[in-house]
Amino acid sequence: MTTTNSSGDVRLSGISKTYGSFTAVHPLDLTVPQGSFFALLGASGCGKTTTLRMIAGLEEPTSGTVSLGDQDVTRLPPYKRPVNTVFQSYALFPHLDIFENVAFGLRRRGIKSVKKQVEEMLDLVQLGEQARKKPHQLSGGQQQRVAVARALINHPEVLLLDEPLGALDLKLRRQMQLELKRIQTEVGITFVHVTHDQEEAMTMADTVAVMNAGRVEQLGAPADLYENPRTTFVANFLGTSNLIEAEVDTRSGAEIVLKAGGGKLTLPSERCSAPTTTGGKVLVGVRPEKISLTHADDAGEIPDGRNRVTGRIADASFTGVSTQYVIDSPAGAELAVYVQNVDRDTRLAPGAEVVLHWSPAHTFGLDASQDIEAGVEKVEEETS
Amino acid sequence: MAFVNWLKRHLVVIAGLFTLGYLLLPNVVVTVFSFNNPKGRFNYEWQEFSTDAWTDPCGVADLCGSLSLSLQIALWATLGATILGAMIAFALVRYRFRARGAVNSLIFLPMAMPEVVMAASLLTLFLNMGVQLGFWTILIAHIMFCLSFVVTAVKARVMSMDPRLEEAARDLYAGPLQTFLRITLPIAAPGIAAGALLAFALSFDDFIITNFNAGSTVTFPMFVWGSAQRGTPVQINVIGTAMFLVAVLLVLASMVISSRRTRQKA
Repeated sequence: MTTTNSSGDVRLSGISKTYGSFTAVHPLDLTVPQGSFFALLGASGCGKTTTLRMIAGLEEPTSGTVSLGDQDVTRLPPYKRPVNTVFQSYALFPHLDIFENVAFGLRRRGIKSVKKQVEEMLDLVQLGEQARKKPHQLSGGQQQRVAVARALINHPEVLLLDEPLGALDLKLRRQMQLELKRIQTEVGITFVHVTHDQEEAMTMADTVAVMNAGRVEQLGAPADLYENPRTTFVANFLGTSNLIEAEVDTRSGAEIVLKAGGGKLTLPSERCSAPTTTGGKVLVGVRPEKISLTHADDAGEIPDGRNRVTGRIADASFTGVSTQYVIDSPAGAELAVYVQNVDRDTRLAPGAEVVLHWSPAHTFGLDASQDIEAGVEKVEEETS
Repeated sequence: MAFVNWLKRHLVVIAGLFTLGYLLLPNVVVTVFSFNNPKGRFNYEWQEFSTDAWTDPCGVADLCGSLSLSLQIALWATLGATILGAMIAFALVRYRFRARGAVNSLIFLPMAMPEVVMAASLLTLFLNMGVQLGFWTILIAHIMFCLSFVVTAVKARVMSMDPRLEEAARDLYAGPLQTFLRITLPIAAPGIAAGALLAFALSFDDFIITNFNAGSTVTFPMFVWGSAQRGTPVQINVIGTAMFLVAVLLVLASMVISSRRTRQKA
């Protein structure tokens, strides 16, 4: 459903939330276009769930306003907002059966004949057979679909999803991602999806807002965020990035030449989000899969005009589709390189001297004053 | 050897049967002696089978009057203690207020205090206030000591309740009242029911506190105690057996209903 009518946009203006001395969400402006699939992505405690709850009305903003289309809903209680939520761990009513769970919203609005609508909705989520079961008799994936059906049946202007797939195992999660995307396309309702899983956000959403410490770090289409991160947090949180500290050597129109680890790197100036002055520091970034690996003996075969860094393979792990190398280099320790297993060069084993090279167009530049490790995924599993 | 093996295999069952027997033997005695036809005033020795007492349960003066009074007090005490107790439990779990910790521990005091002490202090209180002893003083006392049990039962249930359920209801167009009636109350109901049953049993059964604060009013336990001095009418066994049967029937009915429900779902 494409529409240029912006009457159903969700608009947050200057919205913030503080608990005592802790600021969960810093003043934030955000517009979610009608009919889009919008993701709020961030680690736990970044304020994404608080933002979602302020849209739902379950949390009152400390400042700012929430508008749906032309209507200011900031002061409306949740039961008067045309917004429905799919809660984390679903919050299905345990004492009601599936049918009554789904019918709940309709009945509260005084709609008498709910049977047809509920049955249609249960068919949409493929649970027509389970109508008379209690929630605890369903599997996690089925409960998740009930939660979606219970919210969607009210035809809300906006559907809010709070980590809806967090409790599912990996395989089921992939399946439900596609399922949710299908439902969204089918019903054309605006979805605002909160998640800590960057892959989930990129797979499902049209637009992703990356949040960190109560602020939106960057907002854009998944591919745009991935290719052009503007902060180290986004570069590290979305996928993996190699960040190399470099010094600005010369600037010539569209290109910046940098010195790093004894070599020179070229960076298109429109891909640099940091201010550059000659002699100043910049973080040069490149994604692991953009890098090609050539054995040092064949260094002469590398075409001119590519960025090059020399190094030695510290570790290689074969994952089937690709091989992931860790390379120590004078430019930076532990650079990651993913190489597709098309023609495998058997000389590329740990200890081998190699040249890393990539197109300058795949290079991005970041402000060097940031924490280079920001957003690097920690080992422990995030839950909210 | 075969016997030892058999014993080993069935030890749990045997132990279970013994325990059950230990629990039920008093009830069996009560039931059997409700069909006795005693010679003297005391119903302690088996004489001959008779259904006289069963056909005329109110045949003893004041017995049915005291029974009806006890039932009335138990019903009102249950109602009062359940409503107050449920509200206290919700307040203690849901709200952070000053002295919440103190209230939380003070509420257990009536459970821990010796009943005789509480009975005597209550009497002192009533006398000092110049209150006429009777139905109302008994009711006030019963509500007081039933409260802690109701609070404990309801609190456990409310604490295990996911606050997101109420948020979900509000999100689905239910106002505060609707959310309470359709979500909060039904989910807390088993805890409230357990508290109410406990309160009823405790109130109906209570002797010590009642005896101190009853004035000239006589409840069923007081009647039994009083008549035991002069002789025990068989009708007391009839009432006891009837109550036991009612309780068993209630348990059976709830079991049948719940098993039918699970079968429907499957």
